[in-house]
Amino acid sequence: MILEIRYLTKVFGGLKALEEVSFRVMPGVTLSIIGPNGAGKTTLFNCLTGMFPPTKGRVLFEDNDITGKKPYEITKLGVARTFQNIRLFGNMSVLENVMIGQHARSKEGFITAIMGTKKFLREESEIRTKAFEYLEFVGIADYADAVADSLPYGDQRRLEIARALATEPKVILLDEPAAGMNPQETMGLMNLINRISDWGKTVIIIEHDMKVVMGISDWIIVLDHGVKIAEGVPREIQNNPDVIEAYLGKEDIFDALT
Amino acid sequence: MKTILFILWLSFLSVPFMGLKGGLWLLSGIVLAYCIFLIIKKSSNLLKEFRLPEIPYNLKILYALIFVILLVLPFVLKDYYLDVIILAGIYIILALGLNVVIGFSGLLNLGFAAFYAIGAYSFALLTTNAGLGFWTSLSSTLFITALSGFILAFPALRLRGDYLAIVTLGFGEIARLTLNNWDSLTRGPNGISGIPSPFVFGFELSSLSHYYYLVFIFVLIAVFIVRRVYHSRIGRAWLALRDDEMAAEAMGIDTTKYKFLAFSFGAFWAGLAGTLFASKMRFVSPESFTFMESVFVACMVILGGLGSIPGVIVGSLILVVLPEVLREFQLYRMLALGIGIILMMVFRPLGLIRSKG
Ligand SMILES: Nc1ncnc2c1ncn2[C@@H]1O[C@H](COP(=O)(O)OP(=O)(O)OP(=O)(O)O)[C@@H](O)[C@H]1O
Ligand SMILES: [Mg+2]
Repeated sequence: MILEIRYLTKVFGGLKALEEVSFRVMPGVTLSIIGPNGAGKTTLFNCLTGMFPPTKGRVLFEDNDITGKKPYEITKLGVARTFQNIRLFGNMSVLENVMIGQHARSKEGFITAIMGTKKFLREESEIRTKAFEYLEFVGIADYADAVADSLPYGDQRRLEIARALATEPKVILLDEPAAGMNPQETMGLMNLINRISDWGKTVIIIEHDMKVVMGISDWIIVLDHGVKIAEGVPREIQNNPDVIEAYLGKEDIFDALT
Repeated sequence: MKTILFILWLSFLSVPFMGLKGGLWLLSGIVLAYCIFLIIKKSSNLLKEFRLPEIPYNLKILYALIFVILLVLPFVLKDYYLDVIILAGIYIILALGLNVVIGFSGLLNLGFAAFYAIGAYSFALLTTNAGLGFWTSLSSTLFITALSGFILAFPALRLRGDYLAIVTLGFGEIARLTLNNWDSLTRGPNGISGIPSPFVFGFELSSLSHYYYLVFIFVLIAVFIVRRVYHSRIGRAWLALRDDEMAAEAMGIDTTKYKFLAFSFGAFWAGLAGTLFASKMRFVSPESFTFMESVFVACMVILGGLGSIPGVIVGSLILVVLPEVLREFQLYRMLALGIGIILMMVFRPLGLIRSKG
């Protein structure tokens, strides 16, 4: 078990964004979290990564309780994420964005930086080389020197993924990575996610595009109004009446696939 | 528009400190510049085309030339100008420190003069009351100011932007009022005089040109160290903090730690600047560390280009040297400063020399 969520509840004022949600994640799987708008998916990510403290419940990572830990500590342990509303370091170059991802995996401090020791210089060049490799992996190495904000939308999403990978996570959380992408870009993204998974990473993805969800998931969890209403393999979810009910009014989401 | 509102607000705030007249001058400067801007904008699209030429600041030869010129300056300049340049050097160190806080880390600090004051007073008291030597006093002063930066970071941790600006502004005023009223230690508004001139390796620095070289060396050291730190993972962590705090946390950066670090490291340089100021003037008093001083240093950082080290140097030089050159137009200095800031915001919102991209 790489990740386990126990009775996770998050209340905002009077609103229960998450209600006693529990599930377990096996290492190496690709898990999708789906649900209508406002179902609590992003809130779940925020609780997992320490951005919000949960109201109740526990989060276990590799059998250690990480509830209430700070986001940076959780990242250091090996959980990385991207954001639904892209949050790049906009004024910095594409390469620097990924270099920052290496922060938790490097350690040189003030003194060695000022003296410019061999060790410091070696670490700097390693950070740079690795950052470049992550850019190549997601396919935007050509833009290494561009300012992050100037990238086209789809590439900004890729950059967020490269940056998250640079923290060398065991679990990577992707919040709607296909949002705003055209069909061709979406195909490329699915390919990228498959390669991340082949690399041995556990992938948890929030996605509205059912083509993506059905195409890459080993397991799917469905949230509605903060409650887990179903989980299972893609086939089961597709035929689950509760799920179709939750999506009432846009039942055709699955039709597009057949 | 936000920047304009900010400046209006700033000039309003500065009224109690500079007197109604100064505030009004600053304000009218701003209004005038803004009107001119509107007229130009209406009458043509010239503004869109207009770009200042890039300043080729990373040329090695240029640097070498400047270096040589700076070395021989004391032999050719009159004492008065040398005095201005020494002051500019002290401000460069101060602005480099503030640049770490505002420029790198994006923490708007409007009470930076407090650290400058703490530095100057620590040094003054250590050399006069305690009778310590230059180097001992200097290192103790640096420690004290870095520590005071660390302490101010506590209340500042949870605040950003305007709120942080107000808290730091308050801190600046508290520091100044404390110096003004703690008679038994600081001798109140009379200040502390009789600070001995420094002995460096048994050699007494007594003349102006000696001070010039002392400040010059410290400026070089400051630029060197700040640059090195900037180009390390520490500098990158600060920039990440500035651009997006939440994303920085998600990248494994302990943002709390880096805020402490930014405040202490920034204050450290203010301590050095304060030391140099006290030992050159041989006298310190609360008057030298008003709110206007904080604004002045913030202007140097913003004018030069937030986060850019060469920019900060240029910004400091302009803001120290220009008013001296324009001394006859005393009355209009504030007006000119207001117009200057507006023009900057319009034509080069990222400062004279951009930091990145
Ligand atoms: N910081 C917050 N403060 C108050 N309410 C919040 C906050 N974050 C989320 N919510 C509320 O919690 C509920 C769940 O939001 P969440 O963003 O988790 O939904 P989601 O499933 O990610 O939706 P979408 O598909 O639109 O991204 C919503 O009703 C939202 O308004
Ligand atoms: Mg969401």
